[in-house]
Amino acid sequence: MATTTARRTRHTRGAGPGRARRRGLRVRRAGLLVLAALVATVQLFPLVAMVLGALKGPAEAGSRHLVPREPTLANLAAVFDHVPFGLYLFNSLVTSVAVTVLAVGFGSMAGYALARLRFPGREWVFGAFFATLLVALPVIIVPLYVVVTRMGMGNTYAGLILPVAFTAFPVFLMRQFYVRFPRDLEEAADLDGAGYVRRFFSVVLPLSRPMLAALGVLTFLTTWNGFLWPLIVARDRSLWVVQVGIATFQNQYGGDWNLVMAASLLAALPTLLMFVLLQRQIVESVATTGLKG
Amino acid sequence: MSARERREALTGYAFVAPSALGVGLFVLLPMLLAFGLSFTSVNSFGQIDFVGWDNYRRMFADPQFAHSMRVTALYVGVFMPGVYLTALGMALLVNGDLPARAFFRTAFFAPYSVSLVVVALVWRYLLSDRIGAVGTVLRSVGVAPPSFLGDPDVALWTVTGISIWFLVGFYMIILLGGLQDIPRELYEAARLDGAGPWRTLVDIVLPMLRPTTFFVLILATIAGLAGLQAFDLVYVMTQGGPDRSTSIGIYFIYEQAFRFDQFGYASAVATWYAFALIVLTGAAFRLTGGGRFGHDDR
Repeated sequence: MATTTARRTRHTRGAGPGRARRRGLRVRRAGLLVLAALVATVQLFPLVAMVLGALKGPAEAGSRHLVPREPTLANLAAVFDHVPFGLYLFNSLVTSVAVTVLAVGFGSMAGYALARLRFPGREWVFGAFFATLLVALPVIIVPLYVVVTRMGMGNTYAGLILPVAFTAFPVFLMRQFYVRFPRDLEEAADLDGAGYVRRFFSVVLPLSRPMLAALGVLTFLTTWNGFLWPLIVARDRSLWVVQVGIATFQNQYGGDWNLVMAASLLAALPTLLMFVLLQRQIVESVATTGLKG
Repeated sequence: MSARERREALTGYAFVAPSALGVGLFVLLPMLLAFGLSFTSVNSFGQIDFVGWDNYRRMFADPQFAHSMRVTALYVGVFMPGVYLTALGMALLVNGDLPARAFFRTAFFAPYSVSLVVVALVWRYLLSDRIGAVGTVLRSVGVAPPSFLGDPDVALWTVTGISIWFLVGFYMIILLGGLQDIPRELYEAARLDGAGPWRTLVDIVLPMLRPTTFFVLILATIAGLAGLQAFDLVYVMTQGGPDRSTSIGIYFIYEQAFRFDQFGYASAVATWYAFALIVLTGAAFRLTGGGRFGHDDR
């Protein structure tokens, strides 16, 4: 669009009606810019308010003004004094890393096999994965809880991790990726006499790094931010993840908005940092996974 | 089968096995169990009794279930078109001739990067009756703010609005992908025909965007019905209240199962839910000729 406009402007330079049109365009552009700035304010303001709220001292916590007059970092430390916040963060980290490793590792293996390796029953297996792709968690949450507790995984890390790691989504996503993966790269490895396993791990996987990274980042984000399943499966406080921790924190310290915002900020910090550092990749992975998955 | 083929097949099975086992255990088995459990009475101690159609009879006679379905329908009915239209507006804005497009795209998407529990807490802070920033702003322009979370007539729309605020960036990115697939020449042709921005939108952009639109509407309907984002918001902000006005389906299921230990009854509601989801997505896929999932350019 930018280039089109530039060309259009050059064509009409100097002519009377062209100048009027150019002014019209400039007004329109300014209007759009103002609109975009307004929308951006609505989208960003709550996040900014969270940071500012977390920096308010106890004296200012109940006041209406948004910007703290005497900003302090004491709230962040206070959160750790009031509840075992370090443990919550640790549980979230362990869960999210484990889920990411399992989902990316096994998902890419299964996706590759379903796309490239010929074996009897392959279409049938793919059909079974596909059938579960759109199953929403609410529909199976009760029987899933029954299955997991019956297997003795209620109140364990395994219970927090495994049901989240094994879904059809990574398998489906990686299969779609490998269906389009150029064959000649693999065939070069075949000439060297590499076996299927070695071919996958030493040729195919390294070449799929961008896709694996996209899937990994998205999996980590959604696991870190997940709430319903950890709330249900980990009743024991020592296994609470950070989302469950802060949801409960507000019941006790509901009036102390500075503490609640500090706890929220701490819970959001890892994903906010990831977002700032990897924003292009995250947006791109939503674009690809959203469209194909 | 040659030795080579056998080796390929064995590798295939070995590669698929872990995922197949996991998905079978944690998705497929619960799927099958969900239906079975709905004919039983189960408590949290694992005692299971067969009760026939009792749970379904109870469900259709339960005014709270009927109310919860109404709340869910209202929520989806506003969320789905709301999130689509807002996302489309944002996508058109950042796809057009706008300075600092990359910044705006990031800003619109930013809420999606934090968790819904954090979102719920931050909005409770902003909407709190006494010190909330939203109320302060409204009062400063002479509008008396409603009790956003305390008024039964308002609370559901507050939750819906925050759901849209949170997810709109995600759908914007998907729609942006669709917009960028529209060939430049079409815009050029429209301009030469003297079409203004509005005509271009109606005659070119919207028809070309139809597959993406269907896809987004299906996704938004499923997301709205499944209500995972709404659950987190409702749990943290309103606990289904006030006066059960935010008791959407997923929260109702959660309450029955994990507050009142009514596993069998909750399963019946979940089965009813699954049925509604299957019918709706089935209808949507029939309408779109398989949506985008069916195609496979091997």
